Amino acid sequence: MKNDSKERSPEKKKQGVSRRAFLRGAGMTTAGTVALASGMLSFKPAEPAPAKTALMGPGETEVSLTVNGQQRTLWIEPRTTLADALREHLHLTGTKVVCDRGSCSACTVWVDGTPVNSCMTLAVDVDGREVTTVEGLAKDGELHPVQEAFIEHDASMCGFCTPGMVMSCAGLLERNPNPSLDDVKLATSGNLCRCGTYPKVFDATLAAAKKMK
Amino acid sequence: MNRFEYIKAPSIAEALDMMDSTVPEAMVQKTDGSARVVKAGGTDLLDLIKEGILEPGRLIDLKNIPGLDKLSFDKEKGLQFGPMVTIADLEKSKEVKQHYPALYQAAAHAATPQIRNMATMGGNLMQRPRCWYFRSNGHHCRKKGGTTCFAQIGQNQFHSIFLTNVCPCVHPSSLATALVAYDGKVELTGPEGKRVLPLSEFFTPSNVDVTCENVATNQEIITNIMLPPVQDSTRAHYIKQGQRESYDWSMGDVAVVLQMDGKKCRDARIVFGAAAPIPLRRESAEEVLKGKSINEKVIEQAAEKALEGATPLAYNGYKVHLFKTLLKRTIMEAAS
Repeated sequence: MKNDSKERSPEKKKQGVSRRAFLRGAGMTTAGTVALASGMLSFKPAEPAPAKTALMGPGETEVSLTVNGQQRTLWIEPRTTLADALREHLHLTGTKVVCDRGSCSACTVWVDGTPVNSCMTLAVDVDGREVTTVEGLAKDGELHPVQEAFIEHDASMCGFCTPGMVMSCAGLLERNPNPSLDDVKLATSGNLCRCGTYPKVFDATLAAAKKMK
Repeated sequence: MNRFEYIKAPSIAEALDMMDSTVPEAMVQKTDGSARVVKAGGTDLLDLIKEGILEPGRLIDLKNIPGLDKLSFDKEKGLQFGPMVTIADLEKSKEVKQHYPALYQAAAHAATPQIRNMATMGGNLMQRPRCWYFRSNGHHCRKKGGTTCFAQIGQNQFHSIFLTNVCPCVHPSSLATALVAYDGKVELTGPEGKRVLPLSEFFTPSNVDVTCENVATNQEIITNIMLPPVQDSTRAHYIKQGQRESYDWSMGDVAVVLQMDGKKCRDARIVFGAAAPIPLRRESAEEVLKGKSINEKVIEQAAEKALEGATPLAYNGYKVHLFKTLLKRTIMEAAS
């Protein structure tokens, strides 16, 4: 919580702690208590990264991946999914977990530029690879054209599917800068939106494609 | 999810050396949390582990083994692809789309774009059925070594209409429907060498062994999938019907591969998916088409013949009508 407070501007500080920062801080306190009580609070050894073919786990193992252009090293169990690694370990909570079974695609991220379900991907599987999350779309403080278009076209209702939807649409424009309506429908066909805001998602993506030309 | 060890196998030989169970064995015989199983894309494996019906001790990942993700096409030799080729790879291949349209259509309609990017063809053929009783940790069904089939007395609207007597789950692979129709073969590699099987002999019906879906042993890994070359006379089509257009399993899917001499059908292969615990050839319907000109009457006769012997359950009688209609449409599309 301390670290989060340090990063806050004085104006924001007056408004108190955000829900996210509170939860994160509370979680860390709990984890710290457990670690101290069981004498587990050990210093991670600075060993070289294990060879690709080394046996990992079942305990924590080192995984290095590039997330949104930054090299990140994590100590995680092999059973940790990429979604959990991003959300719980790197605090990149833009990626949402809804079904946790690969049926809704709210957790869509790109691995080496390809949209995948991060809930059905083990983080150890993407060791050494490049992951892009919704947090990585904005460049130099400017939102991605798809994000801009989602705002302009009011393309989210409850908003929970939005990060995954944006990753699918932006992914489409990476592959195909000139998509038809059917291409957009196909690209978002795995993204489940229970509010039913698909028509606006289609409009926004086609508008973003025009803007990006 | 249980905790497990994980290793990236550097070669098939080393993967074989490490593996000691098939996934079905790890769910019935070796349930003490020590089973070492191989993993490809992991989409089905993770699902089983998350549901708590599979608790492996070690996952042996095949992604780092060189050469398993190659796809090649030759007019004389046909199509060949490794087990780590994804469904999306098939969907994107120009050769597949041009020469094997039924396989392309099956790939393009499987699961979701994200899953197609992740799921491999080896894993697709090895995946476990989607029966909700099988997938439920609270139901110790026959497929998991129990004595009861809950589907036979319970909710069975998505279950099989053929070979229903032991376990009426349907085979989950809709790609397999097309692969069997093209008379595909699978190459299995073990410590002693390789064996090549027609896919029609690869799948195991539940009345032969209810606890598994194919003949691959715990000392074998799929290393190649092969389709014979297509002729100028080959016509093929595939249709999948789900409740929804995307992110849904098949309620019924049909692949038809015809050899046509003008209007006349020289040879035919008809396969039903989501009709039985295996991708199901309908030889009797094939015989109706052989040697005849394809017209409405012949198609009607083939559809009637194809559904002879169906034993629908309490809630899936609709599948009999569904398959008749799907087969008629698929033959018409293929022949046109």
